[in-house]
Amino acid sequence: MPLWKPDPTFYPSPRDAAAAPPEKLAYVAAFDRSAQQPDAIAVLDVDPGSSSYGTVVGWTELPYTGDELHHFGWNACSSALCPYAPHPHVERRYLVVPGLRSSRIYIIDTKEEPTRPQIVKVLEAEELAKRAGYSRPHTVHCGPEGLYVSALGGANGRDGPGGVALLDHASFEVLGRWEVNRGPQYFAYDVWWHLTHDVLVTSEWGTPSMIEEGVNGDLLLGRKYGHALHFWDMRRRRHAQRIDLGDQHQMVLELRPAHDPTKTYGFVGVVVNVEDLSSSIWLWHRDEDEGGDDAAWSARKVIEIPAEPAAESDLPPLLQPFGAVPPLVTDIDLSIDDRFLYVSCWGTGELKQYDVSDPHAPREVGSVRIGGITGRTPHPAAPDLALAGGPQMVEVSRDGRRVYVTNSLYGAWDDQFYPDGVGAWMAKLDVDPERGGLELDTRFFPHGDDFRGRRVHQARLQGGDGSSDSYCFP
Amino acid sequence: MTGGQAAALAALGAFHGINPGMGWLFAVARGLQERSRAALAASLPAVAAGHAASVAVVAVAVTITGSVVASRTLAIGGGSLLVAFGLWRLLSRRHFRWVGMRLSLWQLAAWSFLMSSVHGAGLMLLPVLAGSQGGHGHAAHQQGSDLGRTLAGATLDGLGATAVHTLAMLAVAGGVAVLVYEVVGLTVLRRVWINLDWVWAIALIGAGATTLLLR
Repeated sequence: MPLWKPDPTFYPSPRDAAAAPPEKLAYVAAFDRSAQQPDAIAVLDVDPGSSSYGTVVGWTELPYTGDELHHFGWNACSSALCPYAPHPHVERRYLVVPGLRSSRIYIIDTKEEPTRPQIVKVLEAEELAKRAGYSRPHTVHCGPEGLYVSALGGANGRDGPGGVALLDHASFEVLGRWEVNRGPQYFAYDVWWHLTHDVLVTSEWGTPSMIEEGVNGDLLLGRKYGHALHFWDMRRRRHAQRIDLGDQHQMVLELRPAHDPTKTYGFVGVVVNVEDLSSSIWLWHRDEDEGGDDAAWSARKVIEIPAEPAAESDLPPLLQPFGAVPPLVTDIDLSIDDRFLYVSCWGTGELKQYDVSDPHAPREVGSVRIGGITGRTPHPAAPDLALAGGPQMVEVSRDGRRVYVTNSLYGAWDDQFYPDGVGAWMAKLDVDPERGGLELDTRFFPHGDDFRGRRVHQARLQGGDGSSDSYCFP
Repeated sequence: MTGGQAAALAALGAFHGINPGMGWLFAVARGLQERSRAALAASLPAVAAGHAASVAVVAVAVTITGSVVASRTLAIGGGSLLVAFGLWRLLSRRHFRWVGMRLSLWQLAAWSFLMSSVHGAGLMLLPVLAGSQGGHGHAAHQQGSDLGRTLAGATLDGLGATAVHTLAMLAVAGGVAVLVYEVVGLTVLRRVWINLDWVWAIALIGAGATTLLLR
């Protein structure tokens, strides 16, 4: 049912969105690695004034097992206000939740009972394969004219090319493959855009057969995983430019374009440099002064995080030959005011905060250690509990004052880097939005049995968050 | 065109003009994106031109049809069309879909033409124009040269109606755009952007029903 006034969670500009009220609930993907129990969407109480703050207050199990819930998104967001296809009277109420292993896509209603979301539709893998030619759906973004879903694999579920499927955002039917001409693009991972510049950006991980059994050392050292960025003409759905970051930079993952729609830059994280095990953050940008819309994009490394030496006996078998812990930057997130970039180092167990007011010259302003392959740093709320996993999925509240992290990367990879069990925990950090700086909230530490034997991946905040919405007005 | 008709056409123009979805918001967005008032100002005539083209097609079709068929036929046909279109607008969950914000002014005019057309902007003028055609219903019985003159007159009537309507639309859209750009800011959208598509659909149904009842 359409609304009479615009959905209150839609904001014309990132500036307006930063003034949004604090979120009260968070939705978290929880999956059973053993595929014995169904995966679930856990609902977390994130309202500090509530008596159940920091606990799981809702739990919606899926009807199947083995989906491996991972990333997900909303059916509608602030892009509904975009002037060329405005439809502001739809509601942000459905979570669009792909199973990364099963290729099913669940549509889950959060409106009727926000703490008891209801599954209202299930798109089967066959539908995605038949209509779009894709499998392994990953990122979901709400565009002005439909839902964009990136997918790692082609229809057979093993090989590429991965790409982007378009879903109708009213009926949730798969409309088809988004690309008209994919050029040299074969690997897929994340998708986002510079909406007001008609530019779409995609990144590269690997095909399903390269990742589903775990990271393959031969492929990695052979530099066979993705190492490029792709820029697309969004209106014509055509590949426009490929930027190769160098084949030593393996696995180019999360894309975080500036929220300010007049800006043409963004950040992307690279998991590992096979020459020295470092991770890096790259800035992509286009200088409007030098040719405007027709100018080419370029990318440069703006942050490099080195590996940390470690005793062989402390390392999992996979890393023993290297004698070091790679930082493994697997997720990054940009605050809505484009001021702070948060970087998860899942290997070393550290969350770093950079001031990126000057995107060309990030400045580290905060860091918190928790978990880690050798560190096993505990949470201050449970100082005796050594933690496996590290800060992985990172989500920033709209006002930029709170940051949430969860600790699982991807089932098969968790097992390789944390072979004695990755566990399950979620943490919240309070941010000083003026000067930077992070502090773990000792009242917020759901972990272990709170998640009923599941591992936890992406968190989405009620009403929107740092990586959910796009804005058409500065 | 009577004074009453002109006023009605202008009022409908104002209604179209005030709707953020019909173009002023796009003009504001272009202005903000370029940080340029000139970009906003340049966008408005393109929006108006596209709107005028969409409206003119229907307006001229109505005035010409009205000049050759009985007013009763026009009223029944037009009224039914309005009710049907209004119901579709009310019940359909589809909205206008377009990808892309970096448009040339020609493309912006084309966008406006399509946006106006799918919303049935021209149809809204039907009751106003159908009312004026009662006196011309005898063209079919007249001689060739007279028929030509009647058709030319009807076309001019249609274009005149389009001009009055579009000027009002442009004035209101321009006024709102400048006000939002210079003074109020876009945050106002969150409070005042009521679901004009609903108002619109109900108005279409109402206008169609009125045309049918008053034939």
